[in-house]
Amino acid sequence: MLDTYPTGTTPPDAKSSGPISTSSEWTFELVQDYDAAIGELADEFGLDTYPNQIEIISSEQMMDAYSSVGMPVGYNHWSFGKQFISVENNYQRGLMGLAYEIVINSNPCIAYLMEENTMTMQALVIAHASYGHNSFFKGNYLFRSWTDAGSIIDYLIFAKNYISRCEERYGLDEVEAVLDSCHALMNYGVDRYKRPYPISAVEEERRQKEREEYRQRQLNDLWRTIPKMGEGEEEKSEHRFPEEPQENLLYFIEKHAPLLENWQRELVRIVRKLAQYFYPQRQTQVMNEGWASFWHYTLLTELYKRGRVTDGFMMEFLQSHTNVIYQPPFDSPYYSGINPYTLGFSIFSDLRRICENPTDEDRQWFPDIAGSNWKETLQFAMRDFKDESFILQFLSPKVMRDMKLFCISDDDRENEILVDAIHDEDGYRQLRANLAGQYNLGNREPNIQAFSVNTRGDRSLTLHHTQHQRRPLGKDTGEVMRHLHRLWGFDVHLHSLHGDEITASYHCPELGRDRAEGDEESMLIPKPI
Amino acid sequence: MSYIIDRRLNGKKKSTVNRQRFLRRYKAHIKKAVGEAMNSRSITDMDKGEQISIPTRDINEPIFSHGAGGHVERVLPGNKEFITGDRIPRQGQQGGSGGGGGGASDSGEGVDDFVFQISQEEFLDFMFEGLQLPNMIKRRLAGNESFQVVRAGISNEGTPGRINVVRSMRAANARRIALTSGKRRNIRELEMELDVEEGKDPALRDMRRIEQLRGRIAEIRSRIQRVPFLDDFDLKYNLLVRQPRPRSKAVMFCLMDVSGSMNQATKDMAKRFFLLLYLFLQRSYEYTEVVFIRHHTSAKEVDEEEFFYSRETGGTIVSSALKLMRRIMLERYPASEWNIYGAQASDGDNWNDDSSTCHKILINDIMPEVQYYSYVEITPRDHQALWEEYESVRALFPEHFTMEQIVDVQDIYPVFRQLFSHKVAA
Repeated sequence: MLDTYPTGTTPPDAKSSGPISTSSEWTFELVQDYDAAIGELADEFGLDTYPNQIEIISSEQMMDAYSSVGMPVGYNHWSFGKQFISVENNYQRGLMGLAYEIVINSNPCIAYLMEENTMTMQALVIAHASYGHNSFFKGNYLFRSWTDAGSIIDYLIFAKNYISRCEERYGLDEVEAVLDSCHALMNYGVDRYKRPYPISAVEEERRQKEREEYRQRQLNDLWRTIPKMGEGEEEKSEHRFPEEPQENLLYFIEKHAPLLENWQRELVRIVRKLAQYFYPQRQTQVMNEGWASFWHYTLLTELYKRGRVTDGFMMEFLQSHTNVIYQPPFDSPYYSGINPYTLGFSIFSDLRRICENPTDEDRQWFPDIAGSNWKETLQFAMRDFKDESFILQFLSPKVMRDMKLFCISDDDRENEILVDAIHDEDGYRQLRANLAGQYNLGNREPNIQAFSVNTRGDRSLTLHHTQHQRRPLGKDTGEVMRHLHRLWGFDVHLHSLHGDEITASYHCPELGRDRAEGDEESMLIPKPI
Repeated sequence: MSYIIDRRLNGKKKSTVNRQRFLRRYKAHIKKAVGEAMNSRSITDMDKGEQISIPTRDINEPIFSHGAGGHVERVLPGNKEFITGDRIPRQGQQGGSGGGGGGASDSGEGVDDFVFQISQEEFLDFMFEGLQLPNMIKRRLAGNESFQVVRAGISNEGTPGRINVVRSMRAANARRIALTSGKRRNIRELEMELDVEEGKDPALRDMRRIEQLRGRIAEIRSRIQRVPFLDDFDLKYNLLVRQPRPRSKAVMFCLMDVSGSMNQATKDMAKRFFLLLYLFLQRSYEYTEVVFIRHHTSAKEVDEEEFFYSRETGGTIVSSALKLMRRIMLERYPASEWNIYGAQASDGDNWNDDSSTCHKILINDIMPEVQYYSYVEITPRDHQALWEEYESVRALFPEHFTMEQIVDVQDIYPVFRQLFSHKVAA
């Protein structure tokens, strides 16, 4: 493919004429050279990145990073230990290769290279993580509005220290119980439709005191039990709380749970903030991986074109690359869902093709993109979309054909499963819409909102689950309700609604149980907080 | 500009804490597995690590999710034969779309247990957790054995590593003041004189005198300058001394019956019991001595190797072992200095009238001296005279004497835990 930059010109620098390295062993100097070369290219292609911090680590450290979901400083919790053990097990039994790369959305952007890797793999990871992901973190609107790359590390340190202080003061078990419960609700810790302030550690610490006082006032207002004059009148107007259903359950608990101590609220807040930090990643997996894969491919092929890497390097690179973007068909034993690397890479690559060599079909489907400047178009696609809208907007018929996508409709009222669209003229639009819907968090996760609190009575919290296409709640629901009950402190009810009709209800403590012995706590008068 | 950092050297074992949290949380499971492992293991690999398996449902972290059912639209890759409008029987498709959205795979029941390995160290920790030698009270200053390093002020000698900067600087300051105060007073006087001289009317000034005074002042100044800022004898060091610490000394007597009436299985159980005890002592009490006594008609003090592996056998006279224990106590372990423990294992078979002798020796000579004596009888049969005699001993020394019966291998570990479980002082 011909590009707009001058390929034939040899840079004046003599050093950059031959291959950077010929052996597969890496050294720090070589890593530096590759990084410089790739960085230069990335610049030419107009990638805007945070400064890079490349860290060489051992495989054990990689497993650490893995199990702490990529947080460089994580607070201590048994679930990370469990994660580590299972990663270690799989790795030792050879069931799993270790992370291709881990990269942290921070400024500077931290990427890990494993010491066991060859020079080719290191170069691949540098291109993929330090330039691909990095530019995505810096450019994509979700990351820009939801996270503050400059302060995440500081915030994690603040969280870790705060939690370990709580452990000292209140005991491991107490802290663990609260964290367990928060983790169970972690996916419900985000305001999807409101943009939050990016988190910042300094700010957090400064405002912590302030918050405590504020909370105290809030709670007291909500739970005021002192009778007021003219009470009768007020009861008639039936005050509803919350006035609107709340989707951010963790926030709701942090602000309104009657019995939580201040430090417990603080823990809820920490988990909530982390949920917020990870939220964009959950929404941009296809784009993020696709973007990074597209760029490692583009950057390294370009290096090869300019004679900076050898044939051997290229062979090894292409092998890893094909492994990464391999999509097993649905009936393969290795199939485990659509590979986000494949999907993302295919879409971005095809976008470039549409810009450079548009066909008639492309002109019809993408009239404003076909034939445009590919770098600008890709930047636009990367910046202003998330997985759902990205697929809806840019998944081309060619990619659907190449991946042989088809759509099935599985309705439990029917005996058979219907194939309702395949990769043909009639099916493209539906296929695309359905695939996009598959990446809509709102469809993937049950829509559960805090609906009402019985402020005048038993202080119970009622949640509503609005069913999406009649899908019921999973079997963990009762368990999660117990966690919710622990945080809320009083009875919690969850109604699963299909339209206006309640099809299932969950309660904690379960209805009909002897309350006197089972749940003494809820009989208590709230302690002054 | 990129920074390249070598992190391989730091941050090893970063997840150790998390691992410990995990083990802590699933203590009950692990303890159960450890107990079971103790029963099924051969004597030689009693102290290896262990594979622990926990049912996945117990370590599941629940979240709200969709269950099976409802209407699901799913996009799959790799179409080969389907065209729009095809209908697929549900059965076959379920398998095909297995991992699909996660919903389908959840319906497959019977997920594997969560299996992982704990190290030898962790295994022993769990095995002996909460166990102790009861009544360990006697503490003595035993000459040269244990020391505690404590601070003992400041000294003028020491190694550079122990230098006390604040005190050294203070000493240096004091020395400088002391060595220069006379000179500075001199300077002040001379300066006053100089002022007086210079304050005079120019005509009356004695220029030579001024020169002289200035010279003197400069000279004294330079001598002050020459006083060193820090001198060797200013240096002060933190002084640390070793203080002897009283430590409890303990000895465990292991008495094992190897008579002919003990069959291979019983002996094996006895050995397992003592091996547990031995491992426990080695691990938890660094300075505990162990005396191994094996007996049939006569008793013999043996070393560890012979105790566990020798095959010598004969008739049964239990009192021979008690007598030998008594003699060794008198010779080597005076009760005034030692915490003495006894553990005896036997199948309860004894020479007819020997059991009353045992009773006598225990009551008169041994029990008053020991901190704790435990007896395990390894037999599936009814108790005999020895058990009854020992019961009367227990009645006399309820705090210091315990006895338990082991019927088969499964009992060993629970009985062991019972005998040495941590007891809160009454």
